[in-house]
Amino acid sequence: MNELVIKAKNLGRNFGDLKAVQGLDLEVEKGSIYGFLGPNGCGKTTAIRLLMGLLKPTTGEIEVLGFKLPKDAEKLRRHIGYMTQKFSLYDDLTVKENLQFMAKIYGLSGKVQKKRISELLSIYGLDQKQNQLAGSMSGGQRQRLALSAATLHKPELLFLDEPTSAVDPENRREFWEQLFDLSDQGTSILVSTHYMDEAERCHKLAILEAGVKRADGSPDDLMQQMGAHVVEIAATDLRQLKQSLMQLPEVIAAAQLGARLRVLVNDSVADPLNFLAFRGDIAVDDLSQVRPSLEDVFVTCTGDGRQ
Amino acid sequence: MNSLLRIYAIFSKELMQLKRDKMTFGMIVMIPLIQLLLFGFAINTNIRHIPVGVVDYSETGLSRILQETVSATQVVTFIHKYNNERQAEAAIARAEVRAVLVIPKDVSQRLVRHPSVGLGLPAASDEETSRPIGQWLVDGSDTVIAGAIKSLRNMPLAELLDKPANRSVPTFEVALFYNPEQRTAVNIVPGLVAIILTMTMIMFTSAAIVRERERGNLEMIITTPVRSIELMIGKIIPYMFIGALQVIIILGLGNLVFNVPINGGLWQLAAATLLFIVASLALGLVISTIAKNQLQSMQMTVFILLPSILLSGFMFPYEGMPLAAQYIAEAFPATHFMRLIRGVVLRDVAIIDMRFDVYWLIIFSIAGLLIASMRFKKNLD
Repeated sequence: MNELVIKAKNLGRNFGDLKAVQGLDLEVEKGSIYGFLGPNGCGKTTAIRLLMGLLKPTTGEIEVLGFKLPKDAEKLRRHIGYMTQKFSLYDDLTVKENLQFMAKIYGLSGKVQKKRISELLSIYGLDQKQNQLAGSMSGGQRQRLALSAATLHKPELLFLDEPTSAVDPENRREFWEQLFDLSDQGTSILVSTHYMDEAERCHKLAILEAGVKRADGSPDDLMQQMGAHVVEIAATDLRQLKQSLMQLPEVIAAAQLGARLRVLVNDSVADPLNFLAFRGDIAVDDLSQVRPSLEDVFVTCTGDGRQ
Repeated sequence: MNSLLRIYAIFSKELMQLKRDKMTFGMIVMIPLIQLLLFGFAINTNIRHIPVGVVDYSETGLSRILQETVSATQVVTFIHKYNNERQAEAAIARAEVRAVLVIPKDVSQRLVRHPSVGLGLPAASDEETSRPIGQWLVDGSDTVIAGAIKSLRNMPLAELLDKPANRSVPTFEVALFYNPEQRTAVNIVPGLVAIILTMTMIMFTSAAIVRERERGNLEMIITTPVRSIELMIGKIIPYMFIGALQVIIILGLGNLVFNVPINGGLWQLAAATLLFIVASLALGLVISTIAKNQLQSMQMTVFILLPSILLSGFMFPYEGMPLAAQYIAEAFPATHFMRLIRGVVLRDVAIIDMRFDVYWLIIFSIAGLLIASMRFKKNLD
């Protein structure tokens, strides 16, 4: 087993009556990319803030990079980088000025500072933009700036809170390439997202809903152990078919994908194809069992708390 | 070493932002400039040309000369004539005039017996033989205007009779130090330094941290190794220079335009000003840790600013306030600085001779900085 960078046990945090996070157990291995997947308001941001020592936990214990939180939060700060959900560098400073500011904050000066900044500018493709005001840049450029500022002091652990929410797909792919580069260099990364494709790229992930961890593991493990069959039905009048299938207690969810209906059937049913053909009055040939996706996992293990 | 570097980081970042914020930068210069000119010219406690009316029952040449003589003092200007007291009182009520001079029918008889004329031998207090030659009906609600009219009570009537008046020997001789010409600007301009610094220094610093919180910058800053006190110090240093610049504008222009002398030493002046700037900045920082948004910080600034203007002695003498108000006034740094700057600028006093005010400003600054750094938590709870 690898060295752990984050250990949390029974972590919980209340805001008044609202239980933002409860009973969260978490283990993140060194050098891995760990994802928090969940809808908005599920407690991802709160969990990240707890793990950085920005919030005090109501219950539970946290150890990050060997520092006990919240006691040693101040000592931890030199070893972590944080990219906030909303762009939090200064809009009225240029790219270079923002980086110079952060460099001085982390104690880099003179030649070391200059070298590190030009290094970052070229890694993140900001050379051409270095004298542009951060506020006038596109979402993708700002996000690269935020990442370069967060990694400026070569932190051992990076926290990224929905880093790609304001970024187009192409920039997102590039961004993840950069995350893998960092991961290869030994940086551990904890990233929250509500995009399935991003979650699938993580080494491990936790699915959060209403402040509770519903499942965790590697994407492949999650898909294999999700406890449901995935069946796609090609038929006409899918709206009505969906309505009637949803009545069955064995059917967990059904979603229309163009001309097909994707149905999740509880794995207590041994032969899902015949079961659905019989119940839905459809020819078996129109049914096919398919490989589950992460979205299926997500749908299977959430939904209890959804209104 | 790293601590200094971090303070420098915050300081230079703050300067760069200020440089880009043209509006704020303009305000730094324009606020003292415009307010100085405005208040320097507008505020005047030596009242001239109060609009008044007259009820003239005598209608003689003498009564008209009497009006001319009163006009010649420049304290009042006659703008209306009324037929009787009832009309006059109505005119005062609707604020057409602030006062009315009533000249009785027998003004000439009264005049010849008037002691200032020097003919009447009987004592001036004898109502039978010697009576006032007219009466002022005054809107006494404004004490300054009432006072100006009251000053006419014993005005000399020498010109009226074209002969030297009985000159009375004053009970006391008065020697006016520091402002012998009694120009209001001499007292107002140094006071303005305190008021404008209170306003801009508290406003800028209180907004400085709240703005970062509103824009989300603070969430990132608090995850870095910056300490609260470093953040506070880095934030206030640029504003110390701005405060100094404003003082130079106010006192320089006050000297050029309003001829207000700077009698004290420049080092004394710099020391007093620096103390006050730091105290105001510390107060602004405390506000910034309480206010949730920029609107709230602005409201709290006004909450401090109003008593600073009204209780500090800027407009009304401290000595005239009731004891309770004096205690409250003591709490505001502006009160202490008002004494110091008037002392240095007008009376060439060394600030160490007014050490109570100096100590108080020092204690206020340190306490403010400590409270602000303690209240500024590096977490989001």
